[in-house]
Amino acid sequence: MRRLDPRLYQIGALMLLLVYGIVALEFDVTFVRAVLLLATAIATQAVGARLGGVSFDPRSAAISGLSLSLLLRSDSLILLLAGAVIAVGSKFVVRIRGKHVFNPTNVAIVVLMLMTDRVWVSPGQWGNVAFFGFLITCIGGLVVNRAARSDVTYAFIVAWSALVIGCSLWVGEPLTIPFHRLESGALLLFTFFMISDPKTTPDSRAGRMLFAALVAIGGWYINYRLFRTNGILWSLAGMAVLVPIIDVLLPAARYYWNDAVVSSPRPHVLIPSPQH
Amino acid sequence: MKKYTLALVVLSFAAANAHAFCGFYVAKGDAKLFNRASQVAIVRDQNRTVMTMANDFQGSARDFAVVIPVPTTIERGQIHVADKALIDHLDAYSSPRLVEYFDPDPCAPPMMPMVVAQSGAMREEMTLSKTRDRARSLGVTIEAKYTVGEYDILILSAKQSNGLETWLRENGYSIPKGASAVLGSYIRQNMHFFVAKVNLGEQARLGFSYLRPLQVAYESPKFMLPIRLGTVNANGAQELFVYVVTPRGRVETTNYRTVKLPSDVDVPLFIRDDFAPFYKALFSEQVKREDMNAVFLEYAWDMNWCDPCASEPLTTDELKRLGVFWQGKGTFLTRLHVRYDRPHFPEDLVFQETGDTRQFQARYVLHHPANAGHCDAAVTYRRELHERQEQEARNVVRLTGWKIGTMRQKMHLASAVTGPHEKKWWETIW
Repeated sequence: MRRLDPRLYQIGALMLLLVYGIVALEFDVTFVRAVLLLATAIATQAVGARLGGVSFDPRSAAISGLSLSLLLRSDSLILLLAGAVIAVGSKFVVRIRGKHVFNPTNVAIVVLMLMTDRVWVSPGQWGNVAFFGFLITCIGGLVVNRAARSDVTYAFIVAWSALVIGCSLWVGEPLTIPFHRLESGALLLFTFFMISDPKTTPDSRAGRMLFAALVAIGGWYINYRLFRTNGILWSLAGMAVLVPIIDVLLPAARYYWNDAVVSSPRPHVLIPSPQH
Repeated sequence: MKKYTLALVVLSFAAANAHAFCGFYVAKGDAKLFNRASQVAIVRDQNRTVMTMANDFQGSARDFAVVIPVPTTIERGQIHVADKALIDHLDAYSSPRLVEYFDPDPCAPPMMPMVVAQSGAMREEMTLSKTRDRARSLGVTIEAKYTVGEYDILILSAKQSNGLETWLRENGYSIPKGASAVLGSYIRQNMHFFVAKVNLGEQARLGFSYLRPLQVAYESPKFMLPIRLGTVNANGAQELFVYVVTPRGRVETTNYRTVKLPSDVDVPLFIRDDFAPFYKALFSEQVKREDMNAVFLEYAWDMNWCDPCASEPLTTDELKRLGVFWQGKGTFLTRLHVRYDRPHFPEDLVFQETGDTRQFQARYVLHHPANAGHCDAAVTYRRELHERQEQEARNVVRLTGWKIGTMRQKMHLASAVTGPHEKKWWETIW
């Protein structure tokens, strides 16, 4: 029996988080803006599909629109909508060997933060309520399991936790400090909904382990050595350019959404299918 | 649509009872000192920071000493003593405020608006017994020692926390239990320290009866406020007000949730006389509601103006004395208020400046009823007035956790239900 597309689970989970964020946590985004972001992302997908001559599928674009609503903040609606266009547009424009390079949401955020100081990401918006972290973990866990790429998530959690806890132990901080850092909703969202994107992570399991570790090290360095915020977002965008190299060094079968089975003995096929 | 005659009376509530340092008090002898609240102004652009720390130390100046961690080594010229009035002005300018409106007489023709604004802001010889050699043997280096204003300043760098702790104890400082571990982790993070004590002779010569705020300027990518030392000798939760002046926009914490204080809420008239207890209760209730896990935004505004003004914006000279070192860029003020203790705030506050230039102020609104005459409109007005007053009572209950019965009693709400001229609802049917 064919499994339900994992993206539908993800869309449901992101919607739930968005409603919870707006209603209970007073996220700095309105429902109207969220809908506009969603519509812009899907419209960009439609235009891209038409220009690229591929069939239109709004699901991934919906995920990008929802993710941007959860993460990207600005006074300017135009900049937010530009984020949606960049996110979805990047899938059609920035491709290596038929595979898009960047996680759409991630690259949109990074590009906008580089271009203007009028956008920002609020990693503190989720608070550190254990219950909420647990909730996201459960929902996110479901999503990644369905997407059959849980390994990258678990590898990242292990690497990140080791760095954060190890650093605190090294400087002699009480364990409440690293635990507080790990209880971050923003971190969980990144771990379960962004780095887990099967389309932009390396094809092989070993490659994904390596990739997750590199993202964790980069993010940790930016956060706790350079003392800049959103280290993991910057790191993911930076490390994404290494994915094609990792895929060459550690080749394996490409992931296809509709198959939802990655371990099948599919040969390494390069199909320009920018409909993700 | 109702139209109200506009009249503004601004009552501001300052950080009353506030005022200690973000470091910890180290008293000589056995004086039991608790730092319960602090006011810190942070002026920052790029990696440059000027931090001003005000205190309301109540004991004898002889007993005052503070250890302040800073991210970098600092030189003599980087420590300064500021005017307490600067912090007071910042406080008054950014305080939560009460705004008054007067309902027009429903029976009278519309009146021209009248604006009345009023602001009322409710609102400290280092004796080294040991030599530098002893310090060095403990791994503590006295980088510099000098007097700034009424303070004797020692700039220390240390390799080990127990060395620093021993040195401080040998020099007569009371180190609270648990401080050593915190000092240790700061040392490992390459933090440096300075110790400030009141030079009684200088204080007498300068003629100040209170302790003026200490200022320190440093360059570091760390946009943070060390609060961990402050929790060591604190007896219970502490109050912290952080005023951040940056060129671009609102500042928020990245490792704690930043929550806007409820604002633009209609409240009953008696709040005019009870604004201080109202604001305190409101803040306590919000802290409780957020499980003491949030930092509260109380004000975010371009410092060139205000509306309504709880106090006039700071002058260019005041901003300069506060440490605003840039020119040709904006000055955006963010006022953050946090009640913290060790279990809920285990790590130091880390900030980021956002591009958010939207104004925010904690603002509460009073509506004075009109003395309505006798007309059909007056009947409708009185009915709506009662509904509004009931809603105002509920607003206060929701914001402060006070009892609804007490609110109604204070508002004489029962008597407002049926005035002598008001008809029953059925009397108006036929």
